[in-house]
Amino acid sequence: MIKLNINNKDYELDIDPNMPLLWALRDVIGLVGTKYGCGVAQCGACVVHLNGEAVRSCVTKVSRAAGQSVVTIEGLSPNHDHPLQQAWLELDVSQCGYCQAGQIMSAAVLLKENKNPTDRDIELAMEGNICRCGTYLRIRKAIHLAAAIQNKD
Amino acid sequence: MNQSKSTTSRRSFLKSTLLAGGGLMISFSWLSKAGLAGALSEHTLPAEWHGLTGYIKITPDNIIKILNPNPEFGQNVMTSLPMIVAEELEADWKKIIVEMGPHDNIKLGPQFTGGSNSVRMYWKPLREAGAAARQMLLQAAAQTWGVPITELSAKDGLITHTTSGRSATYGSLASKAATLPVPTEVKLKEAKDFQIVRHSQKNVEGEKVVSGKPLFGLDYRQEGMLYAMIQHPPAFGMKLQSFDAAAALQMPGITDVFKLQLYAEDFEQGGFDTRTFNDLLVVVGKTTWEVMNARKKLVVQWAAAGDSKDFIAGRNGKREVIVPGALESTTTQLADMREYARKPSQELRKDGDPETAFKNAAQVIERTYTAPFLAHNCMEPMNFFAHVTSEKALLAGPLQAPGWIEPTLSKLLNLPPEKIEIQMTRMGGGFGRRAYGHYLSEAALISKRINAPVHLVYSREDDMTYGIYRPMYTATYRAALDANKNLIGFHVKGGGIPEHAVHANRFPAGAIDNYLAEGWSIPSNITIGAFRAPRSNFIAAAEQSFLDELAAAMGKDPIDLRLELLKKAKDNPVGKNNEYDADRYAGILKLVKDKSGWGKPENKKYSRGVAAYFCHNSYAAHVVDIVMKNGFPYVERVFSAIDCGIVINPDAATNMVEGAVIDGIGNAFFGRLSHKGGAPVQNNFNNYRIIRHSEAPQKIEVHFIQNDIDPTGLGEPPFPPVFGAVANALFKATNKRYYDQPFYEQIPKPGNTLNIKQKLG
Ligand code: FES
Ligand code: FES
Repeated sequence: MIKLNINNKDYELDIDPNMPLLWALRDVIGLVGTKYGCGVAQCGACVVHLNGEAVRSCVTKVSRAAGQSVVTIEGLSPNHDHPLQQAWLELDVSQCGYCQAGQIMSAAVLLKENKNPTDRDIELAMEGNICRCGTYLRIRKAIHLAAAIQNKD
Repeated sequence: MNQSKSTTSRRSFLKSTLLAGGGLMISFSWLSKAGLAGALSEHTLPAEWHGLTGYIKITPDNIIKILNPNPEFGQNVMTSLPMIVAEELEADWKKIIVEMGPHDNIKLGPQFTGGSNSVRMYWKPLREAGAAARQMLLQAAAQTWGVPITELSAKDGLITHTTSGRSATYGSLASKAATLPVPTEVKLKEAKDFQIVRHSQKNVEGEKVVSGKPLFGLDYRQEGMLYAMIQHPPAFGMKLQSFDAAAALQMPGITDVFKLQLYAEDFEQGGFDTRTFNDLLVVVGKTTWEVMNARKKLVVQWAAAGDSKDFIAGRNGKREVIVPGALESTTTQLADMREYARKPSQELRKDGDPETAFKNAAQVIERTYTAPFLAHNCMEPMNFFAHVTSEKALLAGPLQAPGWIEPTLSKLLNLPPEKIEIQMTRMGGGFGRRAYGHYLSEAALISKRINAPVHLVYSREDDMTYGIYRPMYTATYRAALDANKNLIGFHVKGGGIPEHAVHANRFPAGAIDNYLAEGWSIPSNITIGAFRAPRSNFIAAAEQSFLDELAAAMGKDPIDLRLELLKKAKDNPVGKNNEYDADRYAGILKLVKDKSGWGKPENKKYSRGVAAYFCHNSYAAHVVDIVMKNGFPYVERVFSAIDCGIVINPDAATNMVEGAVIDGIGNAFFGRLSHKGGAPVQNNFNNYRIIRHSEAPQKIEVHFIQNDIDPTGLGEPPFPPVFGAVANALFKATNKRYYDQPFYEQIPKPGNTLNIKQKLG
C-alpha cells in the first residue's frame, strides 16, 4: 500500500511502487490533467509539484512521493483562479492546450520563488516545457502578467 | 443586407424542428448519404459543401446552444465556427453554450479539419443557418404581436418592437418559430455590421484547459476499460515473424498478448487508410505503465518484409501498388535523389521556350535544396478508445476526419455505418497526422478481439517511429539571365520520396515568359502523410531562398524583384491556370515591407530575410530579423502580413500565426527524421529536437490585410514562407547560404570563424 496526499486528499494505492507517478495519477486515480508527452523527462507535459518542487511525474516513481504532498493542475487553486490561470485566460494562451497544464505547473514554481522573473528567468525555468503549437510568446507574457497579478494581491 | 439564396437547396436543406418541451432547433440534412460519401472521398471542397451546417438549439428558457461541427486540434474552431452562427443569429455571445457535435455528416457536414478549410467550408452554411433562425424568430414575433416584421429588430437574443416598446427573448418565441416554414432566402449581414465576428472572443474551452479537465483523447475513460499498445517492427521494410509472449504474460496487470492482422490481403485502401505495418503484435493490460513494462519482456523475431503489394481504391477501380522492401538509410536516400534528379522527369508546365532561353543566357544560376522527413510529433501521441461488440461500435478520441475512417471501420468490423459511433475529443495537436485513422482501426479490431472496451495508446517512441511523415524532398532551381541581368528563363525540377513538392502553376509561373516545371518521385516503404501545408512547406522554402539569391544576382532588392514579377503576372500574365491573385500576393509584400520598416536604417542591427507564399487560398509574408545571441544566430523578431480574407477571431488568428512562425523556425533549424537500415534514427524528444522557449522570438508582429473577402483559411499558409525567410536572414547573419534543412548543424558555431571562411571557399 502506498499512501499519497494529492491535492490535499489522502489516497491509499495498491500498486507497484515503481509505477511512475504520472500513470498512478492518470490510470489509477483518474486525475488526467497531468499529461503524458514523452515519458523520458524531455517535454514537461507531466510536471506536478512534489512538496512544492516541480517534478516530472513520468520519471518520478510513485514510491518517491509516498507520504508526501503532491499537487496537480486540478489542485493548483480551489477555483481555478491562480494568477497564472487568470493570466492564461486573459491572454488566451492555449492552442491545442495539451502542454499547458505542464507549462502552468512549471511556471507556478518559478513564480513562487521569483516574484518578478525576467525574460531570461522565464526561459531558464521553462526550457523543459515543449509547446508543439508554439505558444511560447504568450506563455512568456502570461507569466509576466501573472507576476503582476500576484504582486498586486 | 446581402440576399443569399440558400445554397443548401441542391444537396441538402435546412430543417427546423420543435424540440421536445418546446423550442427551436435548426439543422441541415443531406438529401442522400451516398452523395455525401462520393463528395468526401474526393477530399476536395466541392461547391455544394456550402450547404452544410451545425445545429442551433434554442430552448423556451432561453438557452442558446450551438454545436461545433468540426474537430478541434488547436485551430480554435470550437470558438470561431459558433461565432459565425451567433453573428447572424444576433445572439448574445456571452450567453451562448458551445458543445462539440457528434459525428454526423448528414446533419453537420464534412466535419473535416485540414487543408485550412474549417472556416472556409463552414462560413456560408453557418451564416445561413444563423440568419434563417433569426428570420423565423422575427416572423414569430411579428405574428404574435400582429405587427409588420419590418418594424422589428433582433439584437443580443432579444426581439424588440420599438414603436410599442414590446420585447421578447428568443427563447420565448422559439416554439412558435419552430412551426414556421424555413425561409428559402435569407438575409445575411453586411461585413461592416459584424458585432461578434472580427472581434476577438476568448477560447470557449480555455478554462477547461487551464484547470486540467478531461478534454483530450488520452483522457477518455470508461468503466472496465483496458489499455493496449502495439509493438511495431523496428524498421520500415520489416515485419513480424514470430514471438514468444510467455514472459510478458507473466507480468502484473497483463491480460493478453496476441498477433492481429489489420487489413486482409485484398483490402482496398481509401486515400487515408495509410498504415505502415499490417501484422500487429498487441499487448493488453490494466494500466498503461504495466503494458509498457510487459512489452520489454516480449521476445520477437522480425524479418525483412520484402516487396509487398497494396491495393488502393480509386475512381477507376482499384490500383495495385508495389511497396519496395529495401531498408533505407538517409545517405542512400540522398544518393538516390541525386541520381533521379539527373534523369528525365515528368513535365508539369511549360511556357514559351525555356530551352532556348537557357542556351542564350549570359548567366545561369542553379541551386539545389533538400529537406528531410519530418515527424508530426503532436503533443498528444496517437491513441483511441474503442468498444466494439457484435452489434455496434463506439470509438472516442482525437481525429481530424471521422467521415473518412467510418467506411473503413464499417468494412473491417462488418458493421453498417449507422452502428458505428465516433466521438471527437479535443486533439493535442494534429498538423495533418490525425487525418490518417489507422489507429482507430487498430483500436477497434483490438476491442473486438478481446471483447472489451480498450484504449489503444502509442508511446512517444511508437508515435515518432511509426511513419506517416512529411516526405523527403529536393528541388533544383535554375534561372537564366541575359547580359543586362534580365530574367529570361526559369526552371524548377523537384523530386522526393515518395512524391515531389512542385506546384507548377504557382508564382513565379505566370510572371516569366520562358518557364519549365518538372517533377519526379521515388517509391518507398516509408509512409507519408499530410503535414501542415503539404508540399508547400518545402517548395516555398526552396523557391523563396532561390528568389533571394536571384534578386542579389540581378542587383535588386528581394521585395522589389517579387513585386516586379507580380506586376508582370497581373498586367501581362504568361500561360494559363495561374493559381494565385497577383494583387493579393503583392498586397502582403507591401504590407510586410511597410510594417517591418524594410530598408530603414534603424533596423540595421538585424540580419533580415523576407519570404512570401500563397497556398491553401491565402497569402502570407514574413520578415525575419536575426541577431547574434551568445555568438549564435537567433530569430529575435518576426513581422508577418497575412491575407486570408475576413478574419473571424483576430486574437486567436494572431495566436495561430505566431504558432506557425515558431513551428517554421523550429523545423527550419532542427526538424529531421532520418533513417538507418530502415529504422528511424530519432524516437523521442531527446534526439528529435523541437524548438523551445529560449529559441522562440521576442516578438512576432502579425498584421492582417483588411478586406471583405470570404475567409480563405489560415492554419497552413503562414507556415511555408517561414523557412525561406529564416534561410535568407541566416545568409545575412553568417554570409553563407543554407540549402539543406535542417540548418542548425551547418551554422558556424562561436569561436569557429575558420569554419565560415572555409565554407565560403
Ligand atoms: S511526459 Fe514527462 S517530461 Fe514528457
Ligand atoms: S498548446 Fe498545443 S502543445 Fe502547447
